[in-house]
Amino acid sequence: MGEPSPVLEMTGIRKVFPGVVALDGVDFRLFPGEIHALMGENGAGKSTLIKVLTGVYEIDGGGITLGGEQVDFTGPLQSQKAGVSTVYQEVNLCTNLTVAENIFIGREPRKFGRIQWGLMRKRAAALLARLDLNIDVSATLDTYSLAIQQMVAIARAVDVSARVLILDEPTSSLDASEVAQLFTIMRRLKDDGVAILFVSHFLDQVYEISDRLTVLRNGQLIGEYKTADLPQVQLVEKMIGKELAVLEDLEDRSQRIRAKTGDAAPILSATGLGRTGAIAPFDLTIHEGEVVGLAGLLGSGRTELARLLFGADRADSGSLQIDGKDVTLRGPQAAMKRGIAFSSENRRTEGILGDLTVRENIILALQASRGWTRPIPRRRQDELVDKYIKALQIRPADPEREVRNLSGGNQQKVLLARWLITEPRLLIIDEPTRGIDVGAKAEIQKLVAELSDGGMAVLFVSAELEEVLRLSHKIEVLRDRRLVEELENTEGVDADRIMQTIASGATS
Amino acid sequence: MTTIDATPATNKSPSPTNPRRRVYLPHTKYIPILATLTLLLIMYFTGVANYENFGQPSVVVNLFRDNAVLIVVAVGMTFVIITGGIDLSVGAVISMTTTLTATLLQAGWPPLVVLPTVLLLGSLLGMGMGAVIHYFKVEPFIATLAGLFLARGIALFINQSSIPIRDKLWKALSEYRIVLADGVVTKITSVTAVVVVLIAAAVLAWTRFGRNVYAIGGNADSALLMGLPVGRTKIAVYTLSGFCAALGGVLFSINSTSGWALQGQGLELDAIAACVIGGVLLTGGSGYVFGSLLGVMVYGLIQTIITFQGDLNAAWTRIIVGLLLFGFIVLQRVVTRRAR
Repeated sequence: MGEPSPVLEMTGIRKVFPGVVALDGVDFRLFPGEIHALMGENGAGKSTLIKVLTGVYEIDGGGITLGGEQVDFTGPLQSQKAGVSTVYQEVNLCTNLTVAENIFIGREPRKFGRIQWGLMRKRAAALLARLDLNIDVSATLDTYSLAIQQMVAIARAVDVSARVLILDEPTSSLDASEVAQLFTIMRRLKDDGVAILFVSHFLDQVYEISDRLTVLRNGQLIGEYKTADLPQVQLVEKMIGKELAVLEDLEDRSQRIRAKTGDAAPILSATGLGRTGAIAPFDLTIHEGEVVGLAGLLGSGRTELARLLFGADRADSGSLQIDGKDVTLRGPQAAMKRGIAFSSENRRTEGILGDLTVRENIILALQASRGWTRPIPRRRQDELVDKYIKALQIRPADPEREVRNLSGGNQQKVLLARWLITEPRLLIIDEPTRGIDVGAKAEIQKLVAELSDGGMAVLFVSAELEEVLRLSHKIEVLRDRRLVEELENTEGVDADRIMQTIASGATS
Repeated sequence: MTTIDATPATNKSPSPTNPRRRVYLPHTKYIPILATLTLLLIMYFTGVANYENFGQPSVVVNLFRDNAVLIVVAVGMTFVIITGGIDLSVGAVISMTTTLTATLLQAGWPPLVVLPTVLLLGSLLGMGMGAVIHYFKVEPFIATLAGLFLARGIALFINQSSIPIRDKLWKALSEYRIVLADGVVTKITSVTAVVVVLIAAAVLAWTRFGRNVYAIGGNADSALLMGLPVGRTKIAVYTLSGFCAALGGVLFSINSTSGWALQGQGLELDAIAACVIGGVLLTGGSGYVFGSLLGVMVYGLIQTIITFQGDLNAAWTRIIVGLLLFGFIVLQRVVTRRAR
C-alpha cells in the first residue's frame, strides 16, 4: 500500500489543566482507510487527545490539520461538520425513538416542512444494509441490544460525516460475537476509506483490528508503530513504562494455586439456590481462603448469581447455608452482618459516590453496618483510610479528594477499600478490572491473591478468562443463566477448555 | 474467523422474543393509549346501558364543549411533559388572561387588539420560564411554580372580583352556535379545541420540532451531542404551553363572558392528570396529543356519568380520577420496565 497523505494530522499538541500538563507535544496522524489504535494507561492522555480532536477542549499549543487544512474546533458540532464523528462507550442516541429517526434526526428529509417518514425509513434501511445490518428500522431503538445500538450510532456518525470516525471504548460492554460483528463493520468502513481512531483496553482486540497504533504515556508521545511490528509484551511495556514484574509474580502464584488443596472449612454453601428468570438453581460451596472464579459471557447470569449470594435479590428456590447454618438473606444488610461484602460491577452508578471524598467513600459500608447512630470517630476514620490508601496504593493519596476526580482504576480501589475495612469473610467482586488499565489491573489481581492468602474467601466475577484462570482455585462456568460446570483449576485447565464449556454447555 | 456479517442482527438481541412479540401484541408504546381508549369505551357503553338519553350524540359533543379549555391546556402540557418537564403555571395563566381580557375590554380596547395581546403575554411568560429553565438549569417544577405565583399575583393585582365582559364580539362568539346535525349544536370553543389538537398532533408527528421534543425527553444529553437545538426546543415548548394556557383563558372568557382572578385554580393538576391517564410518560420521551385528548374525555365522562346518576356527590369525580391515576402510573411503570 503506497502511503497517501494523512487525512488528519495533529502536531505538537499541548494541553494544560491547572496543575497538570495533560498533553505535552503530542503528534498524531490518521490515514484514510486505516484503523489506528490509541493506546495508553488511564490518565495517559487518550481522552484528552480525543476531546481536543472533537473540539470539547481548546488546545494550548500545536496545530491540527484536517484534509490538509488548518482547523480550530470550538465545539463538538463544529468538528462534526468538518467530518470528525465520535461514538462513545455509552451510546449517545435516544432509545425512545425509532432506528431510522436516530440516524436522521436533525437531518430528516422534508417536503414543505413535513417529515417524509417513508423516504427516511428507506434511506435508513439502505444505509444499514451497507453495513450488513438487516433490522427493522421502524422499531424503537430500545428493542435492540447494546451492540446493535452501537452500530446504529456508527451508521449515524458515518452518514453525518464520513472522513474520521472515533470509536471510544466501543467494545467494553459487548460480548464476543457482538465484537466480531462490530469489527466486520469497522473493516467495511475502512475499505470505504474512512479513517478510524479506535480506543480499547482489550489488547487482543487491538491486535485483531488495528493497522497502526500510537502509544501515549503521562501525556507524552511514546511512539507510532505498525501493529504487526510490535509484539504485545513490548506494547504493554511501552504503555506502563516498567517491566511486568507484578504480572510475573502472579504467574508464579498461579503455579502455587494448583498445588494448594482446599480442605479448609466451608463458609458458604448453596444448594439448589435459584431465582426464576435470573439464574437456574445451582449448587456452590465456597471455603475459607478460596478464590472462586465465575466465568461466562455477558448476560450468562454471573452477576445474577452473585446478587443472590449477597441477598440483593431474593432466591425463590433452594437453600443457603452460612457457617453450616441455614439462612434466608432478606437483603444486603443481612449478608453484610454475616461477613459477606459485594463490590458492584457498575462502579459509577451503583458503587462510587463521585461527589463524596475518598475518605467518605471508604468508610461508607463500615458506617452503614454500625448504624448511623454510632458514628465512627474522625481519628479512627483517618487511621483506617490512611491504612487502605497505602495498602492499595490509591493515587493521589489524598483522602479529601473528591472521588470523581480519580481515574477508573483508583475508583475501583476505593470501592474495594470500602468493603475491605468491614473485614468480610467472603468478598464478592463483580468485574473489578473492567475498563481500567493494565497496571491497575495487575495490582488489583495481586491484592485479591493476597487477601485469599490471608484467609478471606473471594468470589471473583470477570469477563476475562485469563484473569479468572490466574487467580481462581476453582472456576464456575455459566452459560445461558445456568451454572454448567465446576472446574478445579489444575493442570490442563486453560482458556480453551473454558471456552469450550461456554460454547457447548456442560461436558459431563 | 469467517465473516458472520449476513446474520440478521435482531437475533442477537438479548430479549429474543421482541421481533416476534410485535406480531400479536401491540408495540409497548401504544399500550397505555389503547388502555385509555378501552376504558373510555367501557365507560361510555356502561353509561349508554344504564341511563336514558346517554346515547344521544349531544352527550359526546358536549364533552368537547364542557372541556374545551382543559383540552387546549392539556395539549400544551403534553409537549412539556414529553420533553420531561412540567408546567404548573397554566391555571394561573388562564386566570391572568381572563382578568386581563375583561379589564382591557372594559377599558374600551378594541377586541382585535386585546386577543393578540393576551395571547402574546401568555406566550412571553412561558418563554421566560423556558429561558430560566434552560439557561439557569432550574428544575421546571420550581420555575413554573414561580410562574404560577407571578401570574396569579398579576391577576389578583388587576382585580380581585369577577369582571363582566360586555364587548360585542365576545358576546357574539359566546352565543354563536354551530349546528353539526339535527339537534346537535356546539360552540366555537369546542371547534377551537379540536383544531388545536389536530395541529398539535401534526406538529409532533411530522415536524423536526416535534421529533426534537421526543428526542429531548428520551435523552437530552444525547440530543445535544446529535446536534439538536435542545435549548431552543425547550424554550419553545414552554412558550407553546404558555400560549395554549392563554388561549384556554380566552376560551374561558368567551364561555363565561367574564374574567375572574380565581379562575382555573388547580387546572394545571387536571391537565397533568389528563396527560398521564392518556398515556404520556411523566419521565418524558413518550406520549401523544390524542392520548391527552382521551384523558380529558375520561375526565369529562366521569362527570357526565355522575350528572346522569343525579344522586352522586361530585367529589366522586376526584376520587375516581385519583384511582385511575394510580392505575395508569402503575401501568406505565410495568410497560416501561418490560420494554427494557
